Amino acid sequence: MAAKPHRLLPGFGLALGYTLVYLSLLILLPLGGLVLKSAELGFGQILDIALGERSLAAFRVTFGASFLAAAINAFFGLIVAWVLVRYPFPGKRFVDALVDLPFALPTAVAGITLATLYAGNGWLGRHIEPLGIKVAYTPLGIVVALTFITLPFVVRTLQPVIEDIETEVEEAAASLGASRWQTFVKVIFPAIFPALLTGFALAFARAVGEYGSVIFIAGNLPLISEITPLLIISKLEQYDVLGATALAVVMLGLSFVLLLAVNLLQWWTANRHNNAEPLEVAAGKASGVST
Amino acid sequence: MTPFLKRATAVCFSLFLGTAWADVTLLNTSYDVARDVYKDYNPLFQKYWFTKTGEQVDVKQSHGGSTKQVRAVADGLEADVVTMNQANDIEFLVDKGLVARDWAKKFPNNASPYTSTMVFIVRKGNPKAIKDWSDVAAPGVQLIIPHPKNTGNGRNTYLTAWAWSLKQPGGSNKSAQDFVGKLLKNAPLFAAGGRDATTTFMQRGLGDVLITFESEAEMIAKEFGKGNFEVVYPSLTMQTEFPVALVEKVVDKKGTRKQATGYLEYLWSKEGQENAAQNYLRPRDPELLKKYASSFPPVKTFTVDEVFGGATKAFSAHFKDGGSFDQIYVAK
Repeated sequence: MAAKPHRLLPGFGLALGYTLVYLSLLILLPLGGLVLKSAELGFGQILDIALGERSLAAFRVTFGASFLAAAINAFFGLIVAWVLVRYPFPGKRFVDALVDLPFALPTAVAGITLATLYAGNGWLGRHIEPLGIKVAYTPLGIVVALTFITLPFVVRTLQPVIEDIETEVEEAAASLGASRWQTFVKVIFPAIFPALLTGFALAFARAVGEYGSVIFIAGNLPLISEITPLLIISKLEQYDVLGATALAVVMLGLSFVLLLAVNLLQWWTANRHNNAEPLEVAAGKASGVST
Repeated sequence: MTPFLKRATAVCFSLFLGTAWADVTLLNTSYDVARDVYKDYNPLFQKYWFTKTGEQVDVKQSHGGSTKQVRAVADGLEADVVTMNQANDIEFLVDKGLVARDWAKKFPNNASPYTSTMVFIVRKGNPKAIKDWSDVAAPGVQLIIPHPKNTGNGRNTYLTAWAWSLKQPGGSNKSAQDFVGKLLKNAPLFAAGGRDATTTFMQRGLGDVLITFESEAEMIAKEFGKGNFEVVYPSLTMQTEFPVALVEKVVDKKGTRKQATGYLEYLWSKEGQENAAQNYLRPRDPELLKKYASSFPPVKTFTVDEVFGGATKAFSAHFKDGGSFDQIYVAK
């Protein structure tokens, strides 16, 4: 007979019950309603709507731009997070606070500001349009808006993880003869990679659903720069709630599959990393010294 | 309470609380840019109603994209009246059983107390010599409009270009669709809404011609100065209507039928009409139209009912999925 596992803090049952009720009310209920509503259409009809030429183009634009934006932030967000954790410099707290601004700013304001900035006569657009780079009212503008909106996700996910890596680990790697590059690739990067994936996934998920900022800079031309949320709004404008639900469900499904894939990848790397190689071991390996 | 006491308490309350104590509260659910019109109209009505009946009516306003607004009403927002910029939005409430089927006959002029038209806004001196619809579709001209499928303003432009083309010698639905397709090719973007199109054209300096409501032209003059642009009236344009209706279910439930009807009827009074004119909307009253003739030059117009057989028909033929707009982009 297995003994009941002993826990130091009581209240597991209550907390679990609360968690389930809370998540059901907040997430399962609305999403369930959405799926249920879409079930009024047949599977074939949902596919017809999702596979229409404009829908397909919009899916491509939405997921493509979101992926790019998340990837850009994975790279530059990592640098920002690293700098904010590792280097003291004047005004650091101010810069740190700046990172959160895209969270706080109403997205429409962000979109209008970016459009003004990148338009042909804007502060930035004035200089880059003569070079043949058009940002405002092109798919590139969508990427810019999404990159802006999703920056905090990567930075804020990485910061605590980077803080946890003690500088001693780097020193150990160095003292064991690892080059700087080896230290980064074999010691630091594996430790932050799972968090980087989480940040990427959060940024991606946020970008896919973004509407407010994008429509002001996208140009919204059919087949070129229309995002899926705009098509959903367009369906609602026609009082076609079912059609809108169908698009939303397909979008939700695609996002879910992609996020699941990212989570699996993250779980796999984290497992491999944690089970096989504690940091110190990795530090030893990187330097080629057997432990 | 006697009427005197009522009034006395009303005065006291408004003194102490800074807000009027109302016998009746009406909610007017309206489209987005109607703010100014009704902000000015409500005090006029309150004064009129108070002198007539001794009742203090408080009017609350709700503004937003018109389709969103009627959906809120259908979902239970207790609006006594809806004042919209598209008949098909009111038709939606008819389908939901909230508005009477014959709403357009309950008030004069197709239940639209004022109108506007679609005009061209061009750069100062009209460098591209844009005079009529054919010029807008000419190669090398950039056109700025809000999304023709998702916004009322954009739909009006689309339908007006269509109607103009239809009325050309040998015009047919086929030639009209080709013409509108050519015209839309000149749009480097579709703005998110009417005001966004204005900002893109005026502030970001994009495009040669902006197509919008005549009333919006006056707003642009206020915001950006009269000398920065010119208004061009094409040879044919749409008379856009702004229909109003009573939300039957709500007024019956709240017992506000009398006041709500009075509120809408008063829009046709001299004061109501003059207020519309001062907000750059064409009044129905012919005398006032003459008085404000400098703001409202005579122009040849058509209505959606005349050319397209009604707003609902026009909508489903052109803007529903698979309609003429989608065909322009997807058929090829």
